[in-house]
Amino acid sequence: MITLSDYLLVSAILFCLSLAGIFLNRKNVIILLMSIELMLLSVNINFVAFSTFLQDISGQVFVFFILTVAAAEAAIGLAILVVLYRSKQSINVDDMDSMKG
Amino acid sequence: MTFEKIMFYLFAGILILAAIRVITARNPVHSALFLVLAFFSSACLWILLEAEFLAITLVLVYVGAVMVLFLFVVMMLNVNVDTMREGFIKYLPIGVAVAVISAIEMGIVITANFGSDKAPALVRHGVDYKNTEAIGRVLYTEYLFAFEVAAVLLLVAIVAAIALTMRKRPNTKFQNPSEQVLVKKADRLRVVKMKSEERQS
Repeated sequence: MITLSDYLLVSAILFCLSLAGIFLNRKNVIILLMSIELMLLSVNINFVAFSTFLQDISGQVFVFFILTVAAAEAAIGLAILVVLYRSKQSINVDDMDSMKG
Repeated sequence: MTFEKIMFYLFAGILILAAIRVITARNPVHSALFLVLAFFSSACLWILLEAEFLAITLVLVYVGAVMVLFLFVVMMLNVNVDTMREGFIKYLPIGVAVAVISAIEMGIVITANFGSDKAPALVRHGVDYKNTEAIGRVLYTEYLFAFEVAAVLLLVAIVAAIALTMRKRPNTKFQNPSEQVLVKKADRLRVVKMKSEERQS
């Protein structure tokens, strides 16, 4: 029988992989956005697993809302990326230093 | 080992391998395609958890919309792959170290608190259980306001995405339909009275 900890371990490994992805691909904004999507996915797996094992449907409703917000975030993030590429001809993180941050 | 467990390990393994390829692939297009694979196999995991509605939503919304958007952007931008890979080797040790340490920590916490002896066992519903109906009953009563706010959020996201990427090109030619409709005969046609020419003889 599959236990709750199996699902939680899978999502923990997925979260750590996407964390490593943010470290490794720190130049490429597209891969950074993809890593954030993977993180949201691992959180969603946690929500669904808890919802099913604890017999509470609210967890799945929360996943629904997270999917909505993540879709909006991806759309606006990619729009900002396109505008940035138009003005700088690059999506390298190192080129985004006009604010001297 | 039951069939269900074999399926779980198969999908979980594909999910982890796809996630590894997402963060290590050289070409961003390959990363996006492996991300599609990761979303697909996690949708399969959710079906194992009896969350069919969310699994289908994940495939439709993510694989169908968000990842296609990603692929559009990746293919539209001319990304120099090699400069993007700078620092990959340099940050590999610290990235792997942080990931492994946090994975071990999370693993300790999960196995200590949610092991098979502590967590409730999975209760399977009967054949007549409808996951979509169960979500709908809660979504349209208890979470109705949040649902409407989510709808407004999506509208704002559409407007913001269009407003960000729209640009005025100065030399673009376009029609103005309202002016075209309002045009009168006098605006286009001018009747000129002229004296007729004398016959040349």
